[in-house]
Amino acid sequence: MKARVTVTLKTGILDPQGKAIEGALKSLGVDGVASVRQGKVFDIEIAGADKSRAEAALKDAAEKLLANPVIENYRIEVTG
Amino acid sequence: MNSAVVVFPGINRERDMARTLKLVSGSEPAMVWHAETALPSGTDLVVIPGGFSYGDYLRCGAIAARSPIMDAVRAFAGQGGLVLGVCNGFQILCESGLLPGVLMRNQALKFICRDVYLRVERSDTPFTRGYNAGQVVRVPVAHGEGNYIADGETIARLEGEGRVLFRYAAPDGMIDPNWNHNGAINAIAGILNDRGNVLGMMPHPENHVEPSMGPTDGRGLFAGLVDHLARAA
Repeated sequence: MKARVTVTLKTGILDPQGKAIEGALKSLGVDGVASVRQGKVFDIEIAGADKSRAEAALKDAAEKLLANPVIENYRIEVTG
Repeated sequence: MNSAVVVFPGINRERDMARTLKLVSGSEPAMVWHAETALPSGTDLVVIPGGFSYGDYLRCGAIAARSPIMDAVRAFAGQGGLVLGVCNGFQILCESGLLPGVLMRNQALKFICRDVYLRVERSDTPFTRGYNAGQVVRVPVAHGEGNYIADGETIARLEGEGRVLFRYAAPDGMIDPNWNHNGAINAIAGILNDRGNVLGMMPHPENHVEPSMGPTDGRGLFAGLVDHLARAA
């Protein structure tokens, strides 16, 4: 099974990298960019076909390692 | 003083730290590989040095914080043992839950390698008894992610309980945004855990301990620890 964990910074956490990308997009003349926040995407292959077990494993992975709960949120998708 | 320096893949300041510990305490520290599950018996002080454990992959310190040896370090700290984390060591302590908060990318996005001035906020801790409260010390920093942040409640608790031991300051000790090179909240350079036995700091006191390095302001931290342990014995 293929899955994706997306980790993003919580609202209110300063993201200097996102700010720098935002500045670069503006200087490239890309229209209409109001703001940029940078995050991370993890594409994960899960063994087996049990979706709820996969989701439990991904939640475990996100909480133990992939995201730092002090500054980040995560989202899990089992994509099939 | 029986010290142990924890070594992770990608760490590069462990020999500086070992040299300083030997120089100031007179005894050679044990070097403990991250895959070990126990610290040498009789350890008084555990030091997590600086560097780039696991290439800073995922988040600085994130993978090292989940190494086998960290369970032993957590247990050691739980029994009141002294733990010092410097630079990447501070990041590892935050990621392992031994200290609150997180070290974010420097505000100006640059890796900063230079001397800074720190104001020592308290002298009544095992880590700062070699200094006077309010004293300004000059030590180097070398990091890209040293911008300390935590939620408002945590910051209020750190401040209220006097757990900020070092702040980035001007040479005269004034707190000034122009001297807070990485943008850390409240110019925080080093913090103590709630029990007072775990210190994490971004600057490198181990690199300013002998005249050939220039200033020797970092020596007080290690001399203070030696003194503290000698009195406790």
